[in-house]
Amino acid sequence: MSDNAVSAAPLEPPVPTQKPIKTTGLHIGEAEPGCRKVDPILVVDGVRRTFGGLTAVNVNHVEVPRGAITALIGPNGAGKTTLFNLLTGFDKPDAGKWTFDGRSLAGVPAYRVARMGQIRTFQLTKALGLLTVMDNMLLGAKGQTGENMFRALMPFLWRNQEEENRAKALDLLTRFKLDTKKDDYAASLSGGQRKLLEMARALMSDPTLVMLDEPMAGVNPALTQSLLDHILNLKSQGMTVLFVEHDMHMVRHIADWVIVMAEGQVVAEGDPHEVMRNPAVIDAYLGQHHDEDIGEDQAAEAENVSAIKELLDDER
Amino acid sequence: MDWGAIFGNAAVELISPTTAAYALAALGLAVHFGYTGLLNFGQAGFMALGAYGYAISILTFGFPVWGAFLVGVGASVIFALILGIPTLRLRADYLAIVTIAAAEIVRLLFTTNTFAAVTGSANGLSGYKNEFAALNPLAEGSYGFGPFENNAYDTWLRIVAWSIVILAALFVWQIMRSPWGRVIKGIREDEDAVRALGKNVYAYKMQSLIFGGVLGTIAGMIFALPRAVVPSNYQTTLTFFIYAILLLGGAATVLGPIIGSMIFWVLLSFFSGFISRAVEAGWLPFMTAIQGGQLRFILVGLAIMLIVIFRPQGIFGNKKELAFVR
Repeated sequence: MSDNAVSAAPLEPPVPTQKPIKTTGLHIGEAEPGCRKVDPILVVDGVRRTFGGLTAVNVNHVEVPRGAITALIGPNGAGKTTLFNLLTGFDKPDAGKWTFDGRSLAGVPAYRVARMGQIRTFQLTKALGLLTVMDNMLLGAKGQTGENMFRALMPFLWRNQEEENRAKALDLLTRFKLDTKKDDYAASLSGGQRKLLEMARALMSDPTLVMLDEPMAGVNPALTQSLLDHILNLKSQGMTVLFVEHDMHMVRHIADWVIVMAEGQVVAEGDPHEVMRNPAVIDAYLGQHHDEDIGEDQAAEAENVSAIKELLDDER
Repeated sequence: MDWGAIFGNAAVELISPTTAAYALAALGLAVHFGYTGLLNFGQAGFMALGAYGYAISILTFGFPVWGAFLVGVGASVIFALILGIPTLRLRADYLAIVTIAAAEIVRLLFTTNTFAAVTGSANGLSGYKNEFAALNPLAEGSYGFGPFENNAYDTWLRIVAWSIVILAALFVWQIMRSPWGRVIKGIREDEDAVRALGKNVYAYKMQSLIFGGVLGTIAGMIFALPRAVVPSNYQTTLTFFIYAILLLGGAATVLGPIIGSMIFWVLLSFFSGFISRAVEAGWLPFMTAIQGGQLRFILVGLAIMLIVIFRPQGIFGNKKELAFVR
């Protein structure tokens, strides 16, 4: 259960090996919460989700630009993952509608959302442990004839398709440097390798929108670099990326657009460099009364302070 | 002590129709539990539907053998749908609760006096074997050798029963190495991940529930052919014996349930013969013959415990898989 990557963490923050080319000119008008985009792929309107008395998500309007990398950030409990679950059909909102590529997704079950080309990964990696890495990959392929129960009994119907999928999977695994592990159980991979596998598996279906829920969580710095490169590659291959992340360096380096959530609402949007200076963002991370001593939640507070410090350091 | 008779009687069980029935029912559970991760605790209910569906069709409605067979299979498909529609969207443990209760409901419906004219109530049904015997192509006489020597009807029954088991095993083996089986095994590992990859998890779980249930139903028919259909045969203990066989052989294997069933029945028969003779010979002075009848289950339980402790993946299970079990 060890990474074959470097074990000693580099001192510098991880940066992608390639210089990211930022996409600009994505929005129309002021960069304010809910601002319109030139070419939105995902449009969310009035989506609200409550758990008892708690309003976890209450998004009036937000658009995700096509062909760009959009980061969804916000302090813990801001509703980022809940919004992800709602948009991908894993949870049902109390109200609201949203469209993907012009098609309404409200009430569409998760598996159909995925078939439309909107593929997600999970915060807690869901590698299928007792399947081999190759089987994990093959499961990602769309429109398989052999997945019908009756046709499954006639291998001549799906053998060719299976071979094509296998070749494609091997190609992707090579890109993600997992090809030597293809016959191992996914459970034998390290945490970082599972993240890579999950991303590679998502790509088997040629998605148009890839939604990554904390792709960097629990990944060692050496592997972070290659993950960043992979995310940038998705964009250069014409895919749209929406990701949730806490690592501000990463957000700054690769995101073209940042959406900030706090207490279930979108509080700011904009270019990654601009948005960090937005007072609403600082309030979101430090609390509106950050000059007063609240006393509770000291640890979370300290974490947020360090996040902001990290940002300001990065800004020089 | 007549060791020859003890071993001979034990060997009979190796290919008996009952062993075949348990093997097939365990194969159905392998599809449910071993491959899909569905906790079906109502396999006895599926078996009861097969046995009663077959017997009632022939006795009450005068159906031919194939018609009675289809009635049993149809009943179990409907039963699987009724069980699955409300529960397969929920967490796995709900299915366990619903299936164990539904199997008991089925058994009690067959036991109640209200339908005695059709079900025979607690006395059950018998006299439905002639139609099956009429299909027998074997001439009168004795076939086989040693402990495996049987009359024409019993030989015919063994041939049919084991042919069905072999066919079902090939069927399961083929379907589990297809892309369909890959989705099924993916669902066992994490159904949300499979859903996120665009697979209709609910439909797959339903197909698996029906498929494994139908195997259980056919097993119920085989189980009913050498004896009478009596409702008390289909108690929850039947389901747990089948689970024991499955774990003995290896949950996600094709050969496991079959070999597991053989071992289970041979052991049961051996202990039964050994204990009754030991009591007779006065080796166990503290025990009556009736108590000895119960002791065999204790000894089989002990044997299964030892196997599960020292070979937890079962006889055919893959040891490598076990290293990752949470």
